[in-house]
Amino acid sequence: MLQILQQPWPWYIAGPLIGLTVPALLIIGNKNFGISSSLRHVCAACIPAGIDYFKYEWKKEIWNLLFVLGIIIGGFLATVYLSSGEEIIIHENLRTELKGYGITDFSNALIPSDVVSWNQLFTLKGMLMIVLGGFFVGFGTRYAGGCTSGHSIMGISALSWPSLVATICFMLGGFIAANLLLPIILSL
Amino acid sequence: MNQSQQEDLKKRELDAMCVNESQLSHPWYHNIKYLVIGVLFGIVFVKAEIVSWFRIQEMFRLQSFHMYGIIGSAIAVGALSIWIIRKFKIKTMYGEDIVIVTKPFNKGVIFGGLMFGIGWAITGACPGPLFAQVGTGASVVLVTVLSAISGTWFYGLLRDKLPH
Repeated sequence: MLQILQQPWPWYIAGPLIGLTVPALLIIGNKNFGISSSLRHVCAACIPAGIDYFKYEWKKEIWNLLFVLGIIIGGFLATVYLSSGEEIIIHENLRTELKGYGITDFSNALIPSDVVSWNQLFTLKGMLMIVLGGFFVGFGTRYAGGCTSGHSIMGISALSWPSLVATICFMLGGFIAANLLLPIILSL
Repeated sequence: MNQSQQEDLKKRELDAMCVNESQLSHPWYHNIKYLVIGVLFGIVFVKAEIVSWFRIQEMFRLQSFHMYGIIGSAIAVGALSIWIIRKFKIKTMYGEDIVIVTKPFNKGVIFGGLMFGIGWAITGACPGPLFAQVGTGASVVLVTVLSAISGTWFYGLLRDKLPH
């Protein structure tokens, strides 16, 4: 049993489990599934700086911060107790492409250690990947009013068409960045 | 709800998908259940490699069905659940009516959506996976999280000047 759990889980197990988060949060406390708002609550709690957008009772949204804390703990537990320790298997074309940028370390299945690491942080490439990338995630999700969970899963599930538009834009931005922008960044 | 409470709710609803609609108050430990759901969620994120930069690159190069399968089946299950909740008027475990908030369209959905998509492809993570990556021990991702928080902060600062 443990060995099965240690293997990467297939999409048809993981997807429905994530979908079930939507009714679970609604039923246990009338909460609409979403994650990126947690970033706003952190701003409201720590650095509101008199900005109107951050002046609200963030304590009423504390559930969202606990949810996020749970995700961090879950990541830890999965790594410590459910890790198979094997290298990630990726598409042959991607492997060849990444090799061209000097990315050959696949020991960490989650991040490309060759470019995303403390050693790389103060290089131009590392800065763009780590700092600029993160900034775009934080700015973009709030500007769009949600992320993959809030718009793509919760929003589309509720048949809200603006969420469908948002998801199309997420994918469009991603396709452009992965195929046109990233090759430039990784070649730096 | 008095007027200041109503104003506060309105502001929290603004551009945020998750809003506490509940008028009930509970002892603090009732919030533990969100922590538990978060833990399960984090485990799925890591074990299904949703938080993997490599899987995201495959998705945006159409080299793998994995991420499409996950997002697609999550939406299918979510949509079916909401349909059942609406159809049978299912209530919360406290007996309240379930309220589902949907956002009206504004131009930010397009501009912000494109921006987030770019960040998603570069970092290989949306906000949830960023937190999960931190949990796996990738401490450098804390910098990405701080950067994301500052991105959100600058959005708040510039909000009135941006097209919506």
